[in-house]
Amino acid sequence: MTQNQALFEYLLRLGDSDMVLGQRLCELVGNAPALEEEMAIGNVALDLIGQARSWLTLAAEVASAAEIEGAGRSADDLAFTRDERAYRNLLLVEQANGNFADTMARQYLFDAWHFHLLSALSHSADERIAAIAAKGLKEVTYHLRRSSAWIKRLGDGTDESHAKMQEALDEIWTYSGEMFIGDEVDTLLSEAGIGADLAALHNLWKADVQAVFAEATLTCPSMDEYMQRGSKKGLHTEQLGFLLAEMQFLPRAYPGASW
Amino acid sequence: MSDWTLFEVFVRSKHGLNHKHVGSVHAADAAMAMENARELYTRRSEGVSIWVVPSAAITASSPDEKEPLFDPSDDKVYRHATFYELPKEVGHM
Amino acid sequence: MYAQLVDTGVKRLKTLEEMSPEERAFQEKIDAEIKIEPKNWMPDGYRRTLIRQISQHAHSEIVGMLPEKNWLTRAPNFKRKLQLLAKIQDEGGHGLYLYSAMETLGADRDEEVAKLHSGEVKYSSIFNYPALSWADMGTIGWLVDGAAIVNQVVLQRTSYGPYSRAMIRICKEESFHQRQGYQILLHMMRNGTDEQKAMVQDSINRFWWPALMMFGPHDSDSPNSAQSMAWKIKRMSNDDLRQRFIDQTIPQLELLGCTVPDPDLKWNAERGHYDFGEIDWSEFYDVVKGNGPCNRDRLRIRRKAIEEGTWVREAASAYAAKQKQKNAAA
Repeated sequence: MTQNQALFEYLLRLGDSDMVLGQRLCELVGNAPALEEEMAIGNVALDLIGQARSWLTLAAEVASAAEIEGAGRSADDLAFTRDERAYRNLLLVEQANGNFADTMARQYLFDAWHFHLLSALSHSADERIAAIAAKGLKEVTYHLRRSSAWIKRLGDGTDESHAKMQEALDEIWTYSGEMFIGDEVDTLLSEAGIGADLAALHNLWKADVQAVFAEATLTCPSMDEYMQRGSKKGLHTEQLGFLLAEMQFLPRAYPGASW
Repeated sequence: MSDWTLFEVFVRSKHGLNHKHVGSVHAADAAMAMENARELYTRRSEGVSIWVVPSAAITASSPDEKEPLFDPSDDKVYRHATFYELPKEVGHM
Repeated sequence: MYAQLVDTGVKRLKTLEEMSPEERAFQEKIDAEIKIEPKNWMPDGYRRTLIRQISQHAHSEIVGMLPEKNWLTRAPNFKRKLQLLAKIQDEGGHGLYLYSAMETLGADRDEEVAKLHSGEVKYSSIFNYPALSWADMGTIGWLVDGAAIVNQVVLQRTSYGPYSRAMIRICKEESFHQRQGYQILLHMMRNGTDEQKAMVQDSINRFWWPALMMFGPHDSDSPNSAQSMAWKIKRMSNDDLRQRFIDQTIPQLELLGCTVPDPDLKWNAERGHYDFGEIDWSEFYDVVKGNGPCNRDRLRIRRKAIEEGTWVREAASAYAAKQKQKNAAA
């Protein structure tokens, strides 16, 4: 694998996770527990889809410059025409919205990872990556503050909300480990100073989530639990296909049409 | 929203002016009111500083008492800069 | 408009002589274009009418997010998706600005939303029509927001201070909404396939008459207008606003290269306005009564969001109370 191939793959992973989570949040328009919360969810979705566009634009540039697979495609092509098996988002973000505790468990576990990831990438040896990460980091700092506040409110709110929050966490936990399971792409780019060191990220993330769960009076599931994996090879849960079928409907139904 | 509280929101814009009342939000507590105010009133990065105050904590003058409260100051012209005529050479002050 | 058929509870205007001294002072203030502020004395009817109008306006913003949400998850590219999401989010914000203005009148948002959910209070009839194609995102922005803007620009001068200020802010933020919609249509008409162009024309065919109905019944069938105009809650009559909208819109329609489904539409040089055909008012009243294609769906979604969110809002309150106790003990 060349460095450009690894880079292209890495950028798809970053962009796809942002895109798929952004799409999930779009589904929540009209469904939030309070109007104020709807505004917040909209802001987070705008940030994530905007970041997805930046990552995939860069991915398209890298592919075209290096004339590798994916060459000649735009960010729109990458997002709106790639199949399920070619998508590289984390399994975590494709999970359905569920109830508000499920939505927030998914959001918080992702935000805590995303925050440390972008912090690391803002020092990337690749200036293009560093620039996108630094801009995204400002947004994600706020996302994390907001989702961790909700974990605490729901965890330490009423008996009902505590039970729901704990259940949501236990259910989604098995999808959290994948964020830290590296492959040759991660190794290659981390060694080149371009990508993030996943082991270091994992330690920061663990300390954060344990502290937040303790404050929220929630039991942190075991870090040794079996963790689902596969997205780095395009092996997803059954949730993703439907999400993409909806998101990609127009470009697929009207190939070549300009909107 | 059963027992969420109404908070009044004040935003100071980039231009260095005083905080200005912009509206209200509902929230369970002040921290949430702050988040909600940010989401709602600074979507176009209008503000650099936000105050949230429980609406119930505000005592407002009645506009119908405008005369006794505000009219007396109408003749205190020395409170206004234009009262002080300065020679042109001083320039803008 | 976003607030249609607002009942003032008054069928005949009082003359200044018939008014109590308070009412007369109030009316004179209005006549002198002095804004009414929350703590000013105001007739009960004025307060009630405003609460109704502003709450309907706010409900319309909130329910109006739903037809667009229907295509947000299917927007065809990054640019359109981000624009549409920003627009939908603005609508949520505008609903909140308006609820905020309404609450200065002593009304409670939760109570007013409950009235919406029970069907006691309405929202604009336009949002009971389905969004069936991507072109509808263009048409809604161009015609529906366009119609709303015609009304809202005038409402910036409404007599109640907080409502007027909310309108000023909303008009400023909405300036991109109509452009966003029109650009979607123009792009499809100029760069699209025949299929896309047909999609645009079909969309305009479906939305044209419902958009004209947004302005409400003819002035002659609007028994509440006179009082609302006297109180300057309304600043222009339904028919005048509708005419203004049509006059502004037809040149834009021609630039698109599309038509509207009205054989009677033609320029009247003598009047300096477009003439147009009669609106099917039976359809309007059917939709207002709850028999539009989407009335049930729209309300079901809004009710569900609030009902399913109850435990979340309660949790936030419980958490806030616990924190307060902790801080007091510390």
